[in-house]
Amino acid sequence: MQTLVAYVENKPGVLNRVASLARRLAINIDSLTVGPTENEEIARMTIVAHTDEKGAHRLEASLEKLVDVLLAENISERSLLERDLALIKVSADQQSRPHLMELIKVFRARVIDVAPESLILEVSGTVDKIDGLLEVLRPFGVLEMARTGRIAMTRGSDLLRPPGAPPNGAETEPAVKAS
Amino acid sequence: MKLTGAEILCESLTKLGVRHIFGYPGGAILPVYDALGKSKLHHILVRHEQGATHMADGYARASGGVGVAMATSGPGATNMVTGIATAMLDSSPVVCITGQVSSKLLGSDAFQEIDITGITMPITKHNVVVSRAEDIARTVREAFVIANSGRPGPVLVDITKDAQQASCDFNWEASAPKLPPKRQRINYEPADFERAVELLNNAKRPLILAGHGIMVSGAMRVFDQFVHAGNLPVAMTLLGIGCFPASDPLNLGMMGMHGEAWVNHAIQEADLLIAVGMRFDDRVTGDLRTYAKEARKIHIEIDRSEINKNVKVDAALIGDAREVLEQLLPRLEHRERGDWLGHIRELKGDSAVRDIQGLPDNGHLYAAHVINDLWKETRGEAIVVTDVGQHQMWEAQYYHHNQPRTLVTSGGLGTMGFALPAAIGAKFAKPESDVWVVVGDGGFQMTMCELATIVQEKIKINIAIINNGFLGMVRQWQEFFYDKRYVATPLVAPDFAALANAFGIRGERITSRADVTPTIRSARESAESVLIDFRVEQEDSVYPMVPAGGALHEMIRRPDSPLVETATEP
Repeated sequence: MQTLVAYVENKPGVLNRVASLARRLAINIDSLTVGPTENEEIARMTIVAHTDEKGAHRLEASLEKLVDVLLAENISERSLLERDLALIKVSADQQSRPHLMELIKVFRARVIDVAPESLILEVSGTVDKIDGLLEVLRPFGVLEMARTGRIAMTRGSDLLRPPGAPPNGAETEPAVKAS
Repeated sequence: MKLTGAEILCESLTKLGVRHIFGYPGGAILPVYDALGKSKLHHILVRHEQGATHMADGYARASGGVGVAMATSGPGATNMVTGIATAMLDSSPVVCITGQVSSKLLGSDAFQEIDITGITMPITKHNVVVSRAEDIARTVREAFVIANSGRPGPVLVDITKDAQQASCDFNWEASAPKLPPKRQRINYEPADFERAVELLNNAKRPLILAGHGIMVSGAMRVFDQFVHAGNLPVAMTLLGIGCFPASDPLNLGMMGMHGEAWVNHAIQEADLLIAVGMRFDDRVTGDLRTYAKEARKIHIEIDRSEINKNVKVDAALIGDAREVLEQLLPRLEHRERGDWLGHIRELKGDSAVRDIQGLPDNGHLYAAHVINDLWKETRGEAIVVTDVGQHQMWEAQYYHHNQPRTLVTSGGLGTMGFALPAAIGAKFAKPESDVWVVVGDGGFQMTMCELATIVQEKIKINIAIINNGFLGMVRQWQEFFYDKRYVATPLVAPDFAALANAFGIRGERITSRADVTPTIRSARESAESVLIDFRVEQEDSVYPMVPAGGALHEMIRRPDSPLVETATEP
């Protein structure tokens, strides 16, 4: 599994280009998250792909050839933090509820909705942690689940900023336009 | 100044230096055609939109500038797909402008509406829909920058009809391209450069693989200096032909599936390959497991995604070929290389005796004879535009190009039907040049409708049909690998000379070698286009041949030779 970060133009059709490229290279995307950055013209993608280092290099180099992709980088080998967020609707009757609450505490999940027959939990963390919680919830009956897919960031001074962005992040000037 | 979107488009194209547009009108592009009529742009009416894209492509390849093709929405746009893909695979700067239904109808399956940007996404370098007149000038300017910068490629601009019709202020200065800011990557570390220098100066059996990138970057002069400074033999890719004179003793000729035997052997025996502006396509490497096992590799290439894609290299110098060569040149040391160059000469001697030119005149007309005579008669100075197949390989083997951009051919996509329209484009790019179409009887029948374009535009092109009554290259594969079961390859054709006459073009039919040169001469002397139907040996094959996926040094050689190797199913 390889993790790439890409900064892209925040406009229609870009996601399609990125996804289409992965399809062409026969690389299966495990998760792809995209959202705006501090600069609303630029979006950041975290792509987790089923491929090896060579495939990730091709994906990265091919992505950067797209006009709308400002930067793409394979960060798999770097020191990084990954987070995934899940909402899980789980069956909860009077009997099982206390036991469930204990598990929720252990996993540092939060109950964000309570209904007579079910609860909705919110949990964030590494993929392993969420998978772990899911595993222990299964016997209670998982009714529905939504996951965001991974977002990732390199630690400390290892910065990955869009080209043209101010180095200290203090200013809000639009990115330098290439001619 | 208020102009309509259509007028802004024509004005912008004019300001960008465009003089010719190859296209076909239709409902969704009509406002643009109305504006075209009032502009100074020369519109060439094609007979099929595929032809328009090949013409723009041929124009780009012959000139080094951007070619422009135009079509209406729906079928007009979809007919362009093959031509766009052809340009993409050969990194040719083509800008395609398509009309689109009005923006309020987008997505409604309106008459002649098709999602052409969706369709062409993987076969364009970039594409974009424009639905506001205000965005037309900037988008077109950006399209030209994208098409002809870095590794060139086709760009499609799809303009809705309401954007063509709406009026807005036209301000050229304010519509400068605003492309997204890209990361400026360091192309290569000094350590890579030093390693390349060391490999270059220590190699005993070096060989340059010269590709299309040399032409694209305009590196011909520094490349020539580089080759002679290091006394380095050169092998050419098909699209590299012309970037280094064939007459130079260090030019060995073409490599690959139908490359010269001595070139392929030299590649397999080299201890260093210097790949410049080429991408180790499967047609030049053969089986990668056995490819150039002895050689270290230096790859000079502008496209990062090509590095280590097919062949793992020891030093990658990512950048413009001319800039990289200019930096390497002062560090390159001269070597005599007597043993290595002498060895290659010996390999060449072995091949010369098998050459088809040495075959006795048995009354049969061979395609190679036609090509060779054409080369001699045009003194190698013509722009030759080929189609795809056997004749294309014979052209590459027997027409010796000394000037860049004089061979125009579809390499990567291998598009049959390319030659005739591409030659029309090349002629508009180089009106003073002697332009020859070399085409098979199969490919010619795919786009022969463009003969009418030649007549309507009153241009002078010579057409040599290498007519063997077969889809020759496929027949050759059937002969070698399918036990001569010629399924769907025998080909009925019209009387091409009579067909030419019907279009108002002089037509000739040649069946014997004695008539070849005089007819070529007379065609050259004629002020009007001439089509010559050369009826050549039907079941001749292109030799040598590396079977697809086979090892580069295991070639099928021309029969009647003691060294013929047996063909096997790949």
